[in-house]
Amino acid sequence: MELIYILLISLSAAALSLIPVGRRFAPGVTILGSLAIFLLSLRTALATAAGGEVIAVRDYLSCDSFSGLILLLVAFVGLTAAIFSWGYIATTVETTDDRKIRRYYSRFNLFLLSMLAVPIFSQLALVWIAVELTTLLSVFLVSFESTPQALEAAWKYAVLTCMGASLALIGILLLCWGLSSSSGAAFTWAGLLAASPQIPPSLLYTAFLFILIGFGTKAGLVPMHTWLPDAHSQAPSPICAILSGIETTAVLYCIMRLLPMFPGRAASAAGTWFVIFGLISTGVAAFLLIQAKDYKRLFAFSTVEHMGIILVAVGLGGYAAHLGAMMQIVSHTVTKSLCFFAAGATLMATGTRNIGAIRGLIRISPVAGIFLMAGGLGIAGAPPFAVFLSEFSILRAGIMSGQYLVIGLLTLFIVVAFFGIMQQINRMVFGSAEILLMDERTLSFGRSVNPGRNVPPPTCIIALAITIIPVILFGIYLPEQLYQLLHHAAASLGGGK
Amino acid sequence: MSPDLLVSFLTKLNALTGGVFLLCAFGLVGIRQMLTCLRIYVFQSLLLAISAIILGYFHASIHLFVVAALTIATKVFIIPWVLRQAVGYESYAKREISQAINIPSSLLIAVVIAIFSYYIASPLLASGAGVFEKVNLPIGMASLLIGTYTVTVRGEAVPQLLGILAMENGAFFAGISIAPNLPLIAELAAAFYVLITVLVIGLLAMRIHKMIAKTAVGELMALREE
Repeated sequence: MELIYILLISLSAAALSLIPVGRRFAPGVTILGSLAIFLLSLRTALATAAGGEVIAVRDYLSCDSFSGLILLLVAFVGLTAAIFSWGYIATTVETTDDRKIRRYYSRFNLFLLSMLAVPIFSQLALVWIAVELTTLLSVFLVSFESTPQALEAAWKYAVLTCMGASLALIGILLLCWGLSSSSGAAFTWAGLLAASPQIPPSLLYTAFLFILIGFGTKAGLVPMHTWLPDAHSQAPSPICAILSGIETTAVLYCIMRLLPMFPGRAASAAGTWFVIFGLISTGVAAFLLIQAKDYKRLFAFSTVEHMGIILVAVGLGGYAAHLGAMMQIVSHTVTKSLCFFAAGATLMATGTRNIGAIRGLIRISPVAGIFLMAGGLGIAGAPPFAVFLSEFSILRAGIMSGQYLVIGLLTLFIVVAFFGIMQQINRMVFGSAEILLMDERTLSFGRSVNPGRNVPPPTCIIALAITIIPVILFGIYLPEQLYQLLHHAAASLGGGK
Repeated sequence: MSPDLLVSFLTKLNALTGGVFLLCAFGLVGIRQMLTCLRIYVFQSLLLAISAIILGYFHASIHLFVVAALTIATKVFIIPWVLRQAVGYESYAKREISQAINIPSSLLIAVVIAIFSYYIASPLLASGAGVFEKVNLPIGMASLLIGTYTVTVRGEAVPQLLGILAMENGAFFAGISIAPNLPLIAELAAAFYVLITVLVIGLLAMRIHKMIAKTAVGELMALREE
């Protein structure tokens, strides 16, 4: 039943946000709604941690360990983004424009609804629709600031991901064909997995490639990634946190679910595609983020890099690498949302997105400076943060299984990305305080910021503080239940124990 | 009419529909007039509905009749109306000039894409596929991939959107033959999804039109790597 409540709560929060009663109502409803969703998701995830399944409507709405994990992450980022939105939207939108604020929260809740639906749905055709709705419901959140750049980003986002949608659709339909001609099982993840030995391998393989390319466009795999840095840098920061932190991962979840369908040797063929796309994405992103001039773009490229790392880990095969991939999913989600919240705080403090324009952020706004540094170190993979631990376990799993070339390249790209990110963040955070306004490319913020008041709004600080807890904690210690959840999710990808 | 004769007639009618459907995909690559492109798209959707009716009759499947009805309602009536509202008559009646690759080469590339889709569809059809799958699957795939190409080379908002919709038509054209027993809820949701796509992209095109006074989205170049 929890699953139905989760969907209903976010739907009703979207409707309630539109009621024009005071400025505090819409954000309040959104935060309360996402808190309730988070608690329900936590309950669902704990129920699946032992490897069981939570079923609300058989063959339509259900959650196993892997989808429980994704559901929990969506709910976590949704909650923190809702809290961050309160302060961020109140500061950046003109105080007279109440309608715009209400529309923001309504769209926010609808977007969250579609994100929650991706892991909750188990019928493949509906999963496809949920994935595509995440695009369509977030297009106007990307263009929220209504600058020409934001509109351009939203256009690329909508067109490219809709193209990907149609390519994935034919893959899904091919799977449905294979299923209905080999057995009468329902068209769900589990039904498909059970029927996969009877489906002709050539059909499975063609469907897999269509879905990999189609959904891969939305997950930001190189060379279909071109929209991602635009959309993920132009949207308001709380939306960036959801887009970059969890939306890409939720799409990757749909691709990863296909892997156990390939038995024996075919699995290594599918895995090879994962490794190829993963390495290309990681490598290209690592070199592109060196020359990023906009710090939100920098974090967006880092998302492409991390999607690549997860794909490589999944493609390596074997339980250890799959467990590493699951850990990477968790650590990337929490760390990337921290990065975008910190980027939002920086934007509020300085009024520019230009890396070269900011020096000595730690003196301009200590809170933004500290969290940006923590986020930068965290996402680059410095110890003792969560990403370090998960990247380390992926590399170790790869070396244990003897795939030295792949691991060598992956290590090289991770190191390049590390220095790329840290060099840029260092320049911004340390040094004497100054903001250069030399923007000819109008990277500047819509309105001027009062230089006297450089403490972010309290709700933003709360969101940052909540997000940094798992970023540090999971680098040192994994709670037993979470470990069980990751263990069962990794085991569900096949590849033995 | 004897049953055998009827089946062979329906098969031929479906093959004819498929042929014209593919021709429409070529039309969307080769024609510059925006209004004509829209009409071709509407005609292509009508062909999709006809094929769904033929297959529905053959399989005695009520689902496919629902698909046909939904296709006609959304793609023949609502979508052209929404586009007219959102984008405005003047911006899509005009002649489109910008296309990254010129039309003769584009048509040639489209032919190559069509052959390529037969090439990837043939191994799937080897193991005892029915007569309808043999027509619909490769033609659907070809239309899908040609649509991908159309979106890539067109520089205007409406033709790009029509390219995406043609891709969807292609996927559904293949889908009605290979997956006729999708649950009804999935079909309803898919029709709803196509409508939202048009609404969202149409509204976005309108905003871009307001902001830069044209819909040449190919000229939006502020965001890129140096």
